Amino acid sequence: MLDIIRYVYMLRPVWAVLAALFVGAGLIAVSGVNPLTAYSELFSGAFLDYYGLAGTLVKTSPILLAGLAVILPLRAGLLNIGVEGQIYMGGLFSTFAALLLPPMPAMIHLPICILFGALGGGLWGLIPGYLKALHGLNEVIVTILLNFIAINIVSFVVGGPMMQEGAPYPYSDEIGEQLFLPIVLPGTDAHIGFLVGLVLAVAMYFLLRFTTTGFALDTIGSNPQAARYAGIPVRRYVMLSMFAAGAIGGLAGALEILGLKHRLYHLFSPGYGFDGIVVAFMAQLNPLFAPVAAFFLSGLKAGALVMQRAVGLESTVIEAILGLVIIFVAASLAFTYNRTFWKLLLERRRQVEADLGASMGEK
Amino acid sequence: MKTFALQLDRVSKVFGDFRALNNIDLRVVAGSIHAILGENGAGKTTLMNILYGLYQPDGGSITLNGQPAVIPSPSAAMEMGIGMIHQHFMLVDTLTVVENVVLGLPGQGLQLSLAEHAARLTELSQTYGFDIDPHVEIWKLPIGMRQRVEILKVLYRQANIIILDEPTSVLAPNEVASFLEGLKRLRDAGKTVIFITHKLDEVAEVADRITVMRLGQVTAETEVASITTRDMARMMVGRDVVLTAFEKPDTPPGPLRVVARNLSAIDNRGIQALKDVSFEIRSGEILGVAGVDGNGQAELAEVLTGMRAPSAGSLAVDGEDITALSVYDRRHRIGLSYVPEDRHHTGLVLDFSVMKNAMLRDFRVAPFSKNGVLDMRRAREVTDAWVKQFDVRLRSVDQAVRFLSGGNQQKLIFAREVECRPRVMVVMQPCKGLDVGAIEVLQRAILSERQRGTAILYISTELEHILNVCDRVAVMCAGRITGILRPQDATDARVGALMGGISEAESA
Repeated sequence: MLDIIRYVYMLRPVWAVLAALFVGAGLIAVSGVNPLTAYSELFSGAFLDYYGLAGTLVKTSPILLAGLAVILPLRAGLLNIGVEGQIYMGGLFSTFAALLLPPMPAMIHLPICILFGALGGGLWGLIPGYLKALHGLNEVIVTILLNFIAINIVSFVVGGPMMQEGAPYPYSDEIGEQLFLPIVLPGTDAHIGFLVGLVLAVAMYFLLRFTTTGFALDTIGSNPQAARYAGIPVRRYVMLSMFAAGAIGGLAGALEILGLKHRLYHLFSPGYGFDGIVVAFMAQLNPLFAPVAAFFLSGLKAGALVMQRAVGLESTVIEAILGLVIIFVAASLAFTYNRTFWKLLLERRRQVEADLGASMGEK
Repeated sequence: MKTFALQLDRVSKVFGDFRALNNIDLRVVAGSIHAILGENGAGKTTLMNILYGLYQPDGGSITLNGQPAVIPSPSAAMEMGIGMIHQHFMLVDTLTVVENVVLGLPGQGLQLSLAEHAARLTELSQTYGFDIDPHVEIWKLPIGMRQRVEILKVLYRQANIIILDEPTSVLAPNEVASFLEGLKRLRDAGKTVIFITHKLDEVAEVADRITVMRLGQVTAETEVASITTRDMARMMVGRDVVLTAFEKPDTPPGPLRVVARNLSAIDNRGIQALKDVSFEIRSGEILGVAGVDGNGQAELAEVLTGMRAPSAGSLAVDGEDITALSVYDRRHRIGLSYVPEDRHHTGLVLDFSVMKNAMLRDFRVAPFSKNGVLDMRRAREVTDAWVKQFDVRLRSVDQAVRFLSGGNQQKLIFAREVECRPRVMVVMQPCKGLDVGAIEVLQRAILSERQRGTAILYISTELEHILNVCDRVAVMCAGRITGILRPQDATDARVGALMGGISEAESA
């Protein structure tokens, strides 16, 4: 019984999402639409329809990777708000590699483009890591500020030096077709990005759970002073985890360019980096739950468009519902499982039942 | 008939499977000093938290000044005239004394006249001979003074029953006497003082009555005058405890192992905390470091263990210069173990399980891991063995170490730092806040390490503990070693002089 209650607690983000959708139903009803129709449009549009599912998977790729880029450093106590900037730098670097390197076989060129993206994001993540490790600067502030810089660097590059001639809008030349990522669902945009995320999530789970590196990161996150005492090189791990997180963010950007956009646009990420923070908390920092959380969040985002078209709901209502999901998930994390409390409660209940049974017997 | 300020009848408290308190009866005479004595985990703190409204009892009744009472919350306790002083101070360091006292004081309205409060506070502190300037920031005050601020805080709120949770465990030896004087003045002013401790001599000195607790039960309640400290110890631990010196096997020390030459270091505030410290420790020898807390002992331990870089000087182990080695290399290549002063912030990760804490020192090497992959099954076996061997009392090795009592936490740290078979061991204040039973276990562990040939640096503010186990005693004052003595030469007078900074030529 206690185990069941513990699992109920473990699933609290799920309950939070359901509660948010329930409250959101009220909002929909107020707008004059039947909430059941709206939600069924949303979910069938996001998960049941072939093209809708593809649209969800397209969004899952960057959102899942962004989530992993938040989880990894957060295990060491570092809040990486800078995934958005790391996505932009990853996109920029992989575009450089795609457009500026001399011609070579795609077999070699594509991995180089991906690695470049990861490297760009990684170096961008290393900046706050370095400043934190050696100068004690708050990584939250540094990463937030670096987001603006990265977004504007990309805007400058695609609006100036790398802008396609005669383009009506700031974007670069298209990358060569041989560099497009393979498509998973034929006839759609669903590229292999989400599979990469899935593999990385599983790998990260094993890293954190079964290796000394994961142990060291968790120790730093729980008690940095004890980590130093145990001989863990805290500074090195801080820099390393921020570099790795940045690289994952950069990977998200690179896959977005190589798999979907096929050229570098200004403002090409609509805040995937921030969605990653939501994913990290929904998954309760467990990389194994991150794919589920990312898939669901992507579904909400993709399905929202379908719902809007199908039932004519204002897009602001949908955004409000997404906001509700985030607030409810964040609030749900405040409920922690208290074994003693539940145990006592169960014991008392059993006691009451026993007493009742006894008194029944007397009659 | 005496009036009881506080009376508890058959009070019980259960945490999960654990009966923290089992039918506790307690009678505290108004205007007396009542000591509650017990080992770690005996339930003293739980009992006090019930009196202060932090916990609700699962059974039994409380009678306050003859009236049955329910204490739903700390603020209600305060209104009933019960004030509590926790072991760890609840003060805001950057605020002044009067600001701390006024903080959270009810009924202040919109305007706050600090000057008026300060004047009343000065008056109050003079009444009790506390001698505190209300306008000094807390961080500038020594620990003993901060404690007085805590006491003033509850007095200012008109507390008549004052509960102190292990008040002397944070004090330096020279502060204890004046603290105990302060308690007597409180009693003479008609206040009722309940004070939780496990130090027998303090009880004998100030308490009027005493309640001894053991494993959640009261084993005795009596007048202090009618009982000897030896009896107290027996009732507390449940068996006879050797309070006198251990039999130290007279093995000759081995070759020179640790050589420290002219070590200096800067502390966190940028002040030179360690000045030109030199000493040697042989294999199988225990060098004690005595001194008033805060005279460079913490920095010395950190420099030795690699957690703080020395600004000058050198350190060698078995002839190898380790001055520049990292903590990791010292721990694994040199074989250095460290029992830090602060269990909660340094020695343990409180939210980790007992097993993970057992792995903390050596998780990167066998048997806990291989090629960077943790071996949880072996770790569990090893932890189980340690828990048995060191008598760590717990529910399961997967339990968060936060929920162990202080003594059991320290035993776990000792198991970890001793079972790796170190060559050098730095032990700092290992018995702080522990009861006599646990102290005995730990001191035996230290002596058996000495027997094995480990070079041990034993830092403590309790001279008695040092004299119990050490081969030589170094005394520190203001960052320097003012003298190194043999235990038989370490009379109170000589050590006191050295602690005060009066140097003498090395005599050992």
